[in-house]
Amino acid sequence: MSPELGHLALALALGLALAGAVLPLWGAARGDDRLVALAPPLAVGQFLLVAVAFASLMQAFVTSDFSLLVVAQNSHTEKPLLYKIAGVWGNHEGSLVLWVLMLGFFGTLVALLGRSLPALFKARVLAVQAMITSGFLLFLLLTSNPFARLDPAPLEGRGLNPLLQDPGLAFHPPLLYLGYVGFSVAFSFAVAALIEGRVGPAWARWMRPWVLVAWMALTAGIALGSWWAYYELGWGGWWFWDPVENASFMPWLAGTALLHSAIVVEKRDALKRWTILLAILTFSLSLLGTFLVRSGVLTSVHAFAVDPARGVFILGLLALAIGGSLLLYAWRANTLEGGGLFAAISRESALVLNNILLSVATAIVFIGTLYPLFLDILSGAKISVGAPYYARTFVPLMMLLVLALGVGPLLSWKRGDLGRAARSLRLALLLALAALPLAWAIHGAGPVMAFLGFALAVWLVAAVISEWAARVRLFHIPLGHSLARAAGLPRRHYGMALAHLGLAVSIFGITASEAWTVERLAVMAPGDTEQVGAYAFTFEGVRPVVGPNYTAVRGRFSVAKGGHAVTVLEPEERTFTAPPMTTTEAAIHPLPSGDLYAVIGDATGADRWSVRLYMKPLVSWIWLGALIMVAGGALSLSDRRLRVGAPARSRRSEASPVPAE
Amino acid sequence: MSRLAGNRAWRRKRRRLVLALLALAGLGTAAFLIFNAMGDALLYFRLPSDVVADRPPAGERFRLGGLVAQGSVERLDDGKSVRFAITDGETRVPVIFTGILPDLFREGQGVIAEGRLGVDGVFAADTVLAKHDETYMPREVYEKLRARGHPEGAEDRS
Repeated sequence: MSPELGHLALALALGLALAGAVLPLWGAARGDDRLVALAPPLAVGQFLLVAVAFASLMQAFVTSDFSLLVVAQNSHTEKPLLYKIAGVWGNHEGSLVLWVLMLGFFGTLVALLGRSLPALFKARVLAVQAMITSGFLLFLLLTSNPFARLDPAPLEGRGLNPLLQDPGLAFHPPLLYLGYVGFSVAFSFAVAALIEGRVGPAWARWMRPWVLVAWMALTAGIALGSWWAYYELGWGGWWFWDPVENASFMPWLAGTALLHSAIVVEKRDALKRWTILLAILTFSLSLLGTFLVRSGVLTSVHAFAVDPARGVFILGLLALAIGGSLLLYAWRANTLEGGGLFAAISRESALVLNNILLSVATAIVFIGTLYPLFLDILSGAKISVGAPYYARTFVPLMMLLVLALGVGPLLSWKRGDLGRAARSLRLALLLALAALPLAWAIHGAGPVMAFLGFALAVWLVAAVISEWAARVRLFHIPLGHSLARAAGLPRRHYGMALAHLGLAVSIFGITASEAWTVERLAVMAPGDTEQVGAYAFTFEGVRPVVGPNYTAVRGRFSVAKGGHAVTVLEPEERTFTAPPMTTTEAAIHPLPSGDLYAVIGDATGADRWSVRLYMKPLVSWIWLGALIMVAGGALSLSDRRLRVGAPARSRRSEASPVPAE
Repeated sequence: MSRLAGNRAWRRKRRRLVLALLALAGLGTAAFLIFNAMGDALLYFRLPSDVVADRPPAGERFRLGGLVAQGSVERLDDGKSVRFAITDGETRVPVIFTGILPDLFREGQGVIAEGRLGVDGVFAADTVLAKHDETYMPREVYEKLRARGHPEGAEDRS
């Protein structure tokens, strides 16, 4: 498979995508079944062709074909195979090919799995999907050709940044993209619904699994990236409010809101316009995230000036996708009739509150991320927005969200009873208050926010359990009946509970590690001991190590607590040759109470080394919580009722009050 | 009947008005909080020559960027602190930093230091960033250098 074949496949895929964007829409408008029936095979065709292109690009990377510009700039013969493969998406061009590949993958899934979708609707969804694909393929072929040749071909590549040579980071972008691109399906569903002018419970039920999959992938992707930063960058930090991180966090926040508002559409046929708008905005933020990170605009608006063709194309693509869909929304949203009414105290209202808080949170991150860009364009002043901004705006908002999150699931649809919910939550409130002295006893003094965070996490866990207990009427009816009720609860209900518990676990981790981390910066000679919290780190010395494409100095620390040996930590400082740079490799030992974390820095004088030692309480709970959230999503996804096929047929006739066009 | 309907319409209008006012108040509060919060969370980026030409107010935290001056890095006796100078080709500002330097920190390389300028003219950094960009120079540094015509900035980075 030669690069030329890959290039050809991309061009052919563009042809199919253009056809797929126009013909099915035309057919759907004209009532031409033959054109409508073209949509699924065209979607599968695009996917297969892009897959060919991706495979030939990967082959070029694996075989170190330096006659390709991207390979020469981003790969190296001495790199381990995994990172040669990861190098495919470690650059602008290759990552776009991966993006389009996933776009095709999701289109194919809709084409093959969406058997219960009405043919016209499916054709429109696939047509919108094909429009997005066309835009990206045009962008690739016109401004970012991954198959551009280099003549003469260099003998050796420039290599990949060693910091990026890590299994965590190798799989971080594909997961993120799976999330970003997954939201394209929600977008296509929303635009197709706007074209048809009808949205109802069935529409929400079809869309929700896609949103759920995208959300799970994005959650996992963000968590993986944060975990990578934690163990690889050697600062012990896990989230820096860096624009690159924010770029993936914004679609996550909006996607989480979408996940919740879609429930209201599904159950109560309300919030339809809002949900459509949210679907459009979520994908718009995904697009923005992709381009912000991949175009270099984020760090410099002048990246556009360096490569105007690319910049103008990106702006055009964003304007077309976001502006076009919003115009369509403005034009067509009025045809969607408002659905069920609900009281101010009700499940619907609780979910509206969730949406308001998450939307404002998205806006806060948006402003913090893009304000420096605008300021740079307008006045040329270069600024950055630091963590204090987010601590003052984002964090209080999330606290409010968690507080409300405990109550929401206990309210019934249409009209809830706050008094009854409060009675079910008495114990949870009591436990949350009791957590305050407990946190003091475990960790000692700390900032007020830390105690609030701790109490909120306890509140959330207790509220989720209380909600379950109230639902199965635990201790109000015989235990056997309760268990029968518990078994009868739908899986998606458990999915929700699990996801909310995951959030609580993450909050525990965030709070404890932010407030009660013990950090020691020291210069140590072999034999020295440094006390970090309850743990004594003894430095035993260093020895040289040789890796596949680096050499390293490996330090050795034995850690003891109260005279008993706990573990041995061996952090490294690695020196790479291509490109020449050094990286620190932190040594981490997870304990139930937290992580022991050691970093070795430079030698300072004769056999003395600067080191950094940490005890980070509960820090791994941050990612454990994210994992639990993803598991909750998976559980919800496995609910038969949510699957696209089964319920749709019976429900569709029932859902006839959906306003006709 | 008609009075009842009129009453209901009036009530609906009043509710809408209250909702609109509440929304406005919420938006106002949010905007106030956001821009209030930005206040000192905003860090300006300056090159050494900016600092010399227009001395920032004492105690202001900002980002100082440029290249690590050749031959300027020295470790202090406590072993934890490092003294170096950041240059933009025109002038240089001495920096003192306590901690482990980032992986990409080297003489002649681009760097960003966050901290405050002391009365003695030494920049006390609490954070040193060497951005993890595949081209090894923080974008802000590159641009300002290029704008000043520094040779490091002239290098093609496409």
